[in-house]
Amino acid sequence: MDNKEKHIENGWEPKIVAFVCNWCTYAGADLAGTSRLKYPANMKIIRVMCSGAVDPVFILKAFERGADGVLVSGCHPNDCHYNAGNFHARRRWDLFHALLDFAGIEKERLQFSWISASEGKKFADVVTKITNDIKMIGPFKGYQEMNRQFTTEFPEQEKEKLVQQCTEAEAVNG
Amino acid sequence: MDELRRFARELLLKKEVAAVIGYEQVGEARTRPVVITDPDECRRLVLNEYCLNNLVVYLNRARIKALARSKEGIRKLAVVAKPCDIRSIVALIQENQIRRENLMILSMNCHGVVRDFGCEFNGDNLAAKCISCNTQSSTYADKSFGEVREIPKFTGKLEYDLSEIEQLPPSKRMEFFREQFDKCIKCYACRAVCPLCYCQRCITDKTIPRWIESSSHSRGNFAWNIVRALHLSGRCTGCGECERACPMDIPLSLLNRKMAMKSKELFGYESGKSTDNPTLVGSYDQKDSDELFM
Repeated sequence: MDNKEKHIENGWEPKIVAFVCNWCTYAGADLAGTSRLKYPANMKIIRVMCSGAVDPVFILKAFERGADGVLVSGCHPNDCHYNAGNFHARRRWDLFHALLDFAGIEKERLQFSWISASEGKKFADVVTKITNDIKMIGPFKGYQEMNRQFTTEFPEQEKEKLVQQCTEAEAVNG
Repeated sequence: MDELRRFARELLLKKEVAAVIGYEQVGEARTRPVVITDPDECRRLVLNEYCLNNLVVYLNRARIKALARSKEGIRKLAVVAKPCDIRSIVALIQENQIRRENLMILSMNCHGVVRDFGCEFNGDNLAAKCISCNTQSSTYADKSFGEVREIPKFTGKLEYDLSEIEQLPPSKRMEFFREQFDKCIKCYACRAVCPLCYCQRCITDKTIPRWIESSSHSRGNFAWNIVRALHLSGRCTGCGECERACPMDIPLSLLNRKMAMKSKELFGYESGKSTDNPTLVGSYDQKDSDELFM
């Protein structure tokens, strides 16, 4: 039994967050829907105005909140609605991806693509590919442990109290 | 050293510069930064292998900038900088943070520095950044002091080896960095000493929304250290001040060095090389690689 089967047998489904640009990939996703193409329902789409508008902290935040994978997708090079947004994004993602890779986040967890408004099929394919990739490597345990654990030596009760305070504060602050 | 003192005194006497930022000796094996405005105080200046601080960080400080302002306009500031520190000056000029014409760079012909105050200067205690240094003197400076001597051969052992960490599987790497970052107490000393961390308001200080948690919990620590490394990637000139200032001994320069290697590998860009280049992340090339994108 390979990894993928093991994870699926446990009834686990990956959570994947996609930051897609308003002008191309979002329209591409729309086309995938109107063309009635099938793709896994693991993808939660967040629409942004440009792939260049996605701050790397959005991605870290997605991982912190339990995403197993992240996709960032925008217009093809030279097709950017803002002329150069995706060129800037491309450089930034090259560096960010290298950094996360070095810090030990598997390459498959963070993926990028260029999908135009007419590529509904490509969108469905990309979503399927990422979902399969993430299913292979399983839940993002490394990051999720960080969410739970306080590493300093707190007494158990104190820990629980702090966790509760954090969750309450998060609920208030959003 | 005497030459530097004479030269600095001259500058201040002729009112060519508003202040000299340099090093002064405190005790046997330690120096500290000093800002001199009185010509007679120039005798305090020293140049030796204990000049660890990167004084370029002060050039962007509001109180130092205020010193340079006068009724007649902006006066120059003189700064004592090692050849490696000059790279930070170049990077700041590239990013329009300081102007070359407002600066008088007094460089030293460097033969390496110690890894920390209090150590004897020899091969064992050579600072990590000096091991493969190839800029012992700078042509960018206005004047260089001291003679060129050979850097001692490094005979010590580095605590962490970048290539070894690269070889580890991802989960082990994450474990390693998590353990390191868990030591972080969020004192932001790394940010305070970094000449290139000059944002008036850092992203960690922003609270609505709060992107990076400020408690020293694993999650916030990981996010902070990753974001710090990312914001410095393609900009860090490898002065190693962050690591030296870190009270918890986190090997911060591992990330910075890795990103410098990556910028060179992917874009052929080296930070602090030339003021003519546009900055790495502030520019783009249509011919950048598309390998990462599906």
